[in-house]
Amino acid sequence: MSIIESAPRTGGRGRLGDSVTRPDGGPKVDGTFAFASDLHADDMLWGKTLRSPHPLARIVRLDVSGAWRIAGVACVITADDVPGSATYGLIESDQPVFARDVVRYHGEPVCAVAASDPDTARRALEAIIVDYEVLSPLVDPDAAIIAGSVFKYQRVRRGDQALQGDVQVEGTYELGMQDHAFLGLEAALAIPDSGGGGVELHVATQWLHEDRKQIAACLALPETQVRLVLGGVGGAFGAREDISLQVHACLLALRAGRPVKMQYARDESFHGHVHRHPARIWMRHHASREGRLLRVEAKYVFDGGAYASTSAAVLINGVTQAQGPYACDNATVDGWAVRTNNPPCGAMRGFGVVQGCFAHESQMDKLAAALGIDPIEVRLRNAMRTGDVMITGQVMHNVAPVERLLRECAALPLPAAPVGGFDHDPLRLPGGVGMTADVARVRRGVGYAASIKNLMYSDGFDDFATARCVLADGVATLKFATAEVGQGFVTIAGQIARSILGVDDVDLDRIDTLIGSAGSTSASRQTWMSGGAVHAACVAVRLQMFADVARDTGIAIDRLAIDVDAVIDTRGAYRVSVAEVTRGRVFAATEVYRHAPTSTLDDDGQGDVHVAFAFAVHRAVVDVDLDLGLVRVIQVATAQDVGVALNPLSVIGQIEGGIAQGLGLAVMEEIVLDNGKVRNASFTDYLLPTTLDAPEVVISLVEEPDPYAPLGAKGVGEPPTVSSTPAIVAAIRAATGIDLHRVPVRPQDIALASD
Amino acid sequence: MTALHYQLRVNGRTHDVRDAHVGESLLGVLRDRLGLYGTKGACEQGECGSCSVLVDGTLVCACLVLAASVMGAAITTIEGISPDGVLSDVQQAFVDCGAVQCGFCTPGLVIAVQHLLDDNPAPTELELKEALSGNICRCTGYGRIFAAVDAVVELRSAR
Repeated sequence: MSIIESAPRTGGRGRLGDSVTRPDGGPKVDGTFAFASDLHADDMLWGKTLRSPHPLARIVRLDVSGAWRIAGVACVITADDVPGSATYGLIESDQPVFARDVVRYHGEPVCAVAASDPDTARRALEAIIVDYEVLSPLVDPDAAIIAGSVFKYQRVRRGDQALQGDVQVEGTYELGMQDHAFLGLEAALAIPDSGGGGVELHVATQWLHEDRKQIAACLALPETQVRLVLGGVGGAFGAREDISLQVHACLLALRAGRPVKMQYARDESFHGHVHRHPARIWMRHHASREGRLLRVEAKYVFDGGAYASTSAAVLINGVTQAQGPYACDNATVDGWAVRTNNPPCGAMRGFGVVQGCFAHESQMDKLAAALGIDPIEVRLRNAMRTGDVMITGQVMHNVAPVERLLRECAALPLPAAPVGGFDHDPLRLPGGVGMTADVARVRRGVGYAASIKNLMYSDGFDDFATARCVLADGVATLKFATAEVGQGFVTIAGQIARSILGVDDVDLDRIDTLIGSAGSTSASRQTWMSGGAVHAACVAVRLQMFADVARDTGIAIDRLAIDVDAVIDTRGAYRVSVAEVTRGRVFAATEVYRHAPTSTLDDDGQGDVHVAFAFAVHRAVVDVDLDLGLVRVIQVATAQDVGVALNPLSVIGQIEGGIAQGLGLAVMEEIVLDNGKVRNASFTDYLLPTTLDAPEVVISLVEEPDPYAPLGAKGVGEPPTVSSTPAIVAAIRAATGIDLHRVPVRPQDIALASD
Repeated sequence: MTALHYQLRVNGRTHDVRDAHVGESLLGVLRDRLGLYGTKGACEQGECGSCSVLVDGTLVCACLVLAASVMGAAITTIEGISPDGVLSDVQQAFVDCGAVQCGFCTPGLVIAVQHLLDDNPAPTELELKEALSGNICRCTGYGRIFAAVDAVVELRSAR
């Protein structure tokens, strides 16, 4: 239950700054909203994928004849049936549509079938014979470095490489493999064109145009023959940025000449999408006796798994922000993203910064302890400011209110201390009813963490978004290809149009590839990027409308403005409603928004690699049962740099949701691997935070409009996930005195720790 | 496999289920045979609550119930919560309070909250959290869902 320090502004007319409710809220609460898994077509087939049970094996024999013999099976496809590129990938096209001679991870697709119903498809998979020669998988990231199995190496060298601080602290930190665990499983409906010349794919994805590019290459079709439509998306968090079932569904549909629906079950979903990179990070911090950070040394090892996905970009994010939200002139950082036979890893909320933040924030606490000062104080002494030079040589141009965030977060109310010590209230104690051995052995702890997170796409990527606005008869219609995955861009888009155009009614056109790309719904970028495009399109339309009014009335165009719902003369009496002005007229504009270009890194990791940054500070309060090792997160307080809260209700939702995922990584969420095999591909064994795990969340929105952002607003999706995890671990350390260096913190890490 | 013919009473209406087999879950039958797609499947092992429905007033995971075993029972799905197109107080509160993001968990949570509050108009924090602990939401962190429940409790107590 949240307490919001800056109360949301409610009411208003659905304009920017109002806590507007979602346009898709009604259909989502009454069950009529069509998620991708709810789509169906007459005469459709069901597609299913056969996957490797081994992390590394040679395919000695693949015999699909048994599947063909089953009544109701329409088609069976293997690597031999891929007409175009045999592989796909976001950065590097290295992931096979189907494995041909070798499988490189547990769950790699081998072939797929389409049949009249799901049961027949399942039986068809069982009838397929694959003989494997099982090989010994490469699962140790260090061994991968030695073997030269590296996707990307990047170093950062800045300043004095020999500098030694009077105070030095070091540690090695590890993070397990986290899964996005969105609830809406992967699903798509592929409909072949009559005549078989192309295909329309309705799919839950984060980036329609990138999917289309990769699908078209694999199908050997021009992109114009592959049309994508966004199916309702049940959460994403990074897991829908890579191709999963898209190519398979299209191939089956084209081959069978009938619509094909595919939807993963939960276990297949765990195998079918990328995960957050597990990482091991060593850091040594050098500081002066006054607690001034002088130099950061770090070595990052990210396990990218079997295929490249976005590993290179994840690594760059991590190593270029190794200093955290602090000023530091000297840095010696090395990073490797390695290729192993573990499941492929790629984008997940926080994208490489989550891992680094756990390390540098653990280090800042060690530094505070070594200096004998408060954890907040050591952070205040080093807080990054606008104008500081980062370890990449890039100047921080954005608003950087780190000091203010620290002070505001520290000033937020703490939860009530347990009166007279802990009592037996089962709700309050770690582990809940019947789990606590000894109330006298429960300890409370408080911990802090701060973070920096880059926004948008980095490293020279041509990052843009497209939007169209049509204004007619007092109604604005917006079209964009921006994937709405639950984050609420559809709400923000309407707010922008209402604010700029003075209309109340905004219609949203179908989200598909019939307009230019919006880029990915990731990297906290859509409010800035697609918001920038919608804003530009609405401003262009407003200018057309003003030009008409100026022509009709003789009032100079620069004197015209929108006031609530009318066009007015700012220096005269003219005032006519937008509805009236636009009656019988149509104004339309399509605009592309691009952020300022970034540069690639040089060999020493120097360059203006990122576009913009957002900051957050978290404070966690936990109660820990020392004997059973159980943790209850009582409260998470946060101050977040949001630029402007365009929709405070929506921002709060992102913050609370992001903190829950950060909590999950801190104390429960991990894909457990055993020599490359996934051991817990289910919701029974992969634990997710429930209502009983949800802490009180206290929020302070720090609003300092960013001059570089088209609407002054920074992306808000990722920062809550980045520093909530290290804050919770810091609180557990404070409660227990145990030097915890791995997440998730498991009960045995506490209960069995040597004193 | 013997084909099975039976009837299910869903949201007050009787539906024929033809050529079925005995192993089909209520979730599968609701969605793929009766076209009631409001009930969602996300784990199919009773862990996430996305498929929450009421069977004779009892909250169950439809994925864990054999459809043929609830012949004759009164089944309520999300489609039965606002049959006339007017949102229930719980549904309206979910929209107003920001309890909906991606919305995949929402139908199940609406059913669970409706069930809780019809039974217990003023749940304690423990009762509320326990009642909803079988419904996983990955987007919201639950804060706005609690706010929606609070809003309904307040609204109903004022009536």
